[in-house]
Amino acid sequence: MLSSEFPYTTNQPKRRHFVEAFLGAGVLASLASFLYPVLRYILPPETAEATTDMVLAGRVGDLKPNSGKIFRFGSRPALLMLTSSGQYSAVSAVCTHLNCTVQYRGDLHSIWCACHNGMYTTDGRNISGPPPRPLEKYEVLLKGEEIYVRRLGNA
Amino acid sequence: MSVWQNAQKWLDERFGLHELREFMEHKTVPQHRYSHWYFFGGMTLFLFGIQVATGILLLLYYRPSPNEAYESVQYIMTQVRFGWLIRSIHSWSANLMIFTAAVHMFSVFFLKAYRKPRELTWLSGMLLLFLALGFGFSGYLLPWNTLSFFATKVGTDIAGQAPIIGKWILVFLRGGEDVTGATLTRFFGFHVAVLPGIATVLLAIHILLVQRFGMSVPPSVEAEWQATPSARHEMRFFPNFLLRELMAWYVALAILGGLAAFKPWELGVKADPFAPAPPGIRPEWYFMFMFQTLKMIPAKIWFLEGELLGILTFGLAFLLWVLLPFFDRGRGGRAQRFIVGAGVFALAYVVVMTFYAYVAK
Amino acid sequence: MRMSPSSSGEPGPSGASKGKRRVREQRTKLACVVKRCRAGHPGAGGVLGALFVWCCLFSLAALSLEAQAKNSCLDCHSKFDPPLGINAEDFGSSVHAQKGLLCTSCHGGDSSSDDMERAMSKAAGFRGHIERSQVPALCGKCHSDAAYMRGFNPSLRTDQFSQYQTSMHGKMLARGDTHVAVCVDCHTAHTIHPPNDPRSSVYPANVAQTCAHCHANAEYMKGYKIPTNQFALYSTSVHHDAIAVRGDLSAPTCSTCHGSHGAAPPGVASVERVCATCHVFQQQLFDSSPHKVAFAAMGAAGCITCHGNHAIQHPTDDSIGTANTAFCVKCHVDGDAGYTAAATIHTGLLKLNQEIERSDEILGRAQNAGVEVGPTILALSEARDDLTKARVATHSATPETVQQDTQAGLKVTDKAWQAGQVAMRELKYRRQGLAVSVAAILLVLVALALLIRKIETPSPGETR
Repeated sequence: MLSSEFPYTTNQPKRRHFVEAFLGAGVLASLASFLYPVLRYILPPETAEATTDMVLAGRVGDLKPNSGKIFRFGSRPALLMLTSSGQYSAVSAVCTHLNCTVQYRGDLHSIWCACHNGMYTTDGRNISGPPPRPLEKYEVLLKGEEIYVRRLGNA
Repeated sequence: MSVWQNAQKWLDERFGLHELREFMEHKTVPQHRYSHWYFFGGMTLFLFGIQVATGILLLLYYRPSPNEAYESVQYIMTQVRFGWLIRSIHSWSANLMIFTAAVHMFSVFFLKAYRKPRELTWLSGMLLLFLALGFGFSGYLLPWNTLSFFATKVGTDIAGQAPIIGKWILVFLRGGEDVTGATLTRFFGFHVAVLPGIATVLLAIHILLVQRFGMSVPPSVEAEWQATPSARHEMRFFPNFLLRELMAWYVALAILGGLAAFKPWELGVKADPFAPAPPGIRPEWYFMFMFQTLKMIPAKIWFLEGELLGILTFGLAFLLWVLLPFFDRGRGGRAQRFIVGAGVFALAYVVVMTFYAYVAK
Repeated sequence: MRMSPSSSGEPGPSGASKGKRRVREQRTKLACVVKRCRAGHPGAGGVLGALFVWCCLFSLAALSLEAQAKNSCLDCHSKFDPPLGINAEDFGSSVHAQKGLLCTSCHGGDSSSDDMERAMSKAAGFRGHIERSQVPALCGKCHSDAAYMRGFNPSLRTDQFSQYQTSMHGKMLARGDTHVAVCVDCHTAHTIHPPNDPRSSVYPANVAQTCAHCHANAEYMKGYKIPTNQFALYSTSVHHDAIAVRGDLSAPTCSTCHGSHGAAPPGVASVERVCATCHVFQQQLFDSSPHKVAFAAMGAAGCITCHGNHAIQHPTDDSIGTANTAFCVKCHVDGDAGYTAAATIHTGLLKLNQEIERSDEILGRAQNAGVEVGPTILALSEARDDLTKARVATHSATPETVQQDTQAGLKVTDKAWQAGQVAMRELKYRRQGLAVSVAAILLVLVALALLIRKIETPSPGETR
């Protein structure tokens, strides 16, 4: 038969197993402090997707024709526009002059930078004012009601 | 009878559990002035377990494609609750594991635990060490940042220098001519499937062999105990040694937690294959002694290319090291002293070269 | 192979027919040569031989066609040193040569003749060296003829000569001063390139150097009552940096503000408007500011009174305020309204700048430690925009106007700072979590040690 005192025999007079209780409590506490993070880890966070190269810029209906809105693309702002002819267009919103954030001007049908009056077409081409280079152009993809934007040339 | 005792009886009737119990009760660990080195094997095993656990957790969120790898690690570090903890522990524990494995190997070497009948234990252990280095090398690429990308490039370049088969090795490792997304996929496969599979088999063999032959006692101590049998001292594995080992493991856990909280593993910058290599690219510390050696070898020695000669020399050295038990038959004398000397030289070389690599420009 | 529509040297309808005639002449000459050869060598190689000879001669003819419209002038003048000699390659690359013009187009004479007497005869219309005072009129003969220029470049302007006549250079030339710049001084005489060609002396990046040729030469400019340090000053300016270092060709050079053909310094009243061709907002703000009236009363030009005209430096936040680096204290003294306004504006700008840097620092620390602050850092860039706008708004010289932008920026930096604090708390939380874990671990370690001691202590009378 198996020893009822396995795994060890103790030569101490029988007293309440104080040390064992202490150890048990400690082990439980330490295991809890290990398992708590692991349990929280395996439950997915709010943003369920790792950011890919494609960003949800908005939904159909967010924009009226001949208007634009700023959205976050990676760590920089980008501009999504809906032209009067019904085309979506997306460009980087960082002005190539001194990095101010540009905006879409419906009255001018162009992209405008408030800092020094720089102007760009809806494709991002710099047409007037100080900006020396065009705005980086992005690709717009429509998936049902959702408008996605991603860098050009990416699979 | 209690539930617990009922369960034991049920298992014993089918699996002969009492035999296992008896073995466990009788397993002992020799106690002498070198006994502390016995902890390192178990520590390596424990850290490997940590790697498996944290690795599986990371698998829940990691994505092995160049477009998403870096972003997914960033996601783990910043969005997933305690992701920073799991990831940093995984990275730190990897390094600690390789360190303890190396210590374990050198302690086995100097305590001559590789001798008959433990030749295959040594062999399986050496293979496990190489596997660990493979784990480290393949895992290092997975975050797909600048450092890992170029370190992989340099490392596979060196592997490709091997004579005759070098080119095949390079293409096999990289999944092509260059380091690309194909390399990442391949390294991921190695890291989470191939290497763990082989490691499991080797570990099982290694541990079973250790149980079969018991803990080795260094020859000098054995001689003493032959002379004075009463000096022989053995400690029961269950529970005495195991309790001590648990203490060591808990200390390791505390260290890992502290490292994760105060020195989180960095994320770096996403790899750009088209950008030039930044200055100061180097592999992880466990490869540094080889890296530094190759850097210091002159470009040409006789008619051979310096780098090729370096690789061949290291290859030969590792081969001899692995075959050690077949050279050392325990007969003492000149051969014995030579082997110890070689071991001291090897250890000193590795340590000095590693430090030098960090100090030199 | 140079392709030219015309092989004649005179302006007017293309002389292509003349070229063709010349080729026919050459071929006839060659045919005679061949006939004579064959006469002397009957049956020489038969048909193949004849073919071979024809091929050689044809290639020779083709090669000489290269030289096409013969330019006997260059034959001699490319061998002399200046001023009589010119570099044939340079001339060949010029836009005039590319369009088929020859030396005779401007200098007259006969370029087909190898005979020096004939080539440079009065009968052939040879003018020789063109007097400086005659140059503008000569160039204008073609360049002011809209109908003629349309045949070459319809979008090219044809008012250069009339503009020139309104310029300082033109007016002084009319008064008999030949020291001043004429067309060839800026455009060169024989290596003229279009202004958008980087080799051109009037390519935007080269204009300042071209003007400086005279205007920076103190010796040459002796007698004129204008300074000669403009180029030196301009070279230190932010405009020069834009055009020469950053390669931004839209940045102003001499001709941008002074005009090119109608070059003259802008009048006091018009300086502001000239700057406003690019700096629109600044001018609008200035016009609505108290400075507009004050400057006009003083006879001081807008913009350059503070910023200078040639050595314009990039203004800093310290350019406005009451320190001695500021523009304001050039006129304002302690106690007057402007002085106080300047001080207020300066403080506002500085504060926003400081807040941006403070938020930046804490967010940077958080990000390095692995706390996610990406959206916050993005939002902070809006504060930078506000600071840029505030700096432009300083031209209103009114603290309230500037404050609109600085306050907006401060709202953003406040939020960013709060987010940074949250991130720091997250870091603290991690360390606290670690402390809890370590405490539990210590507990276990102590308990294990105690347990080991307990089970290994021999009871009295027993050996291990």
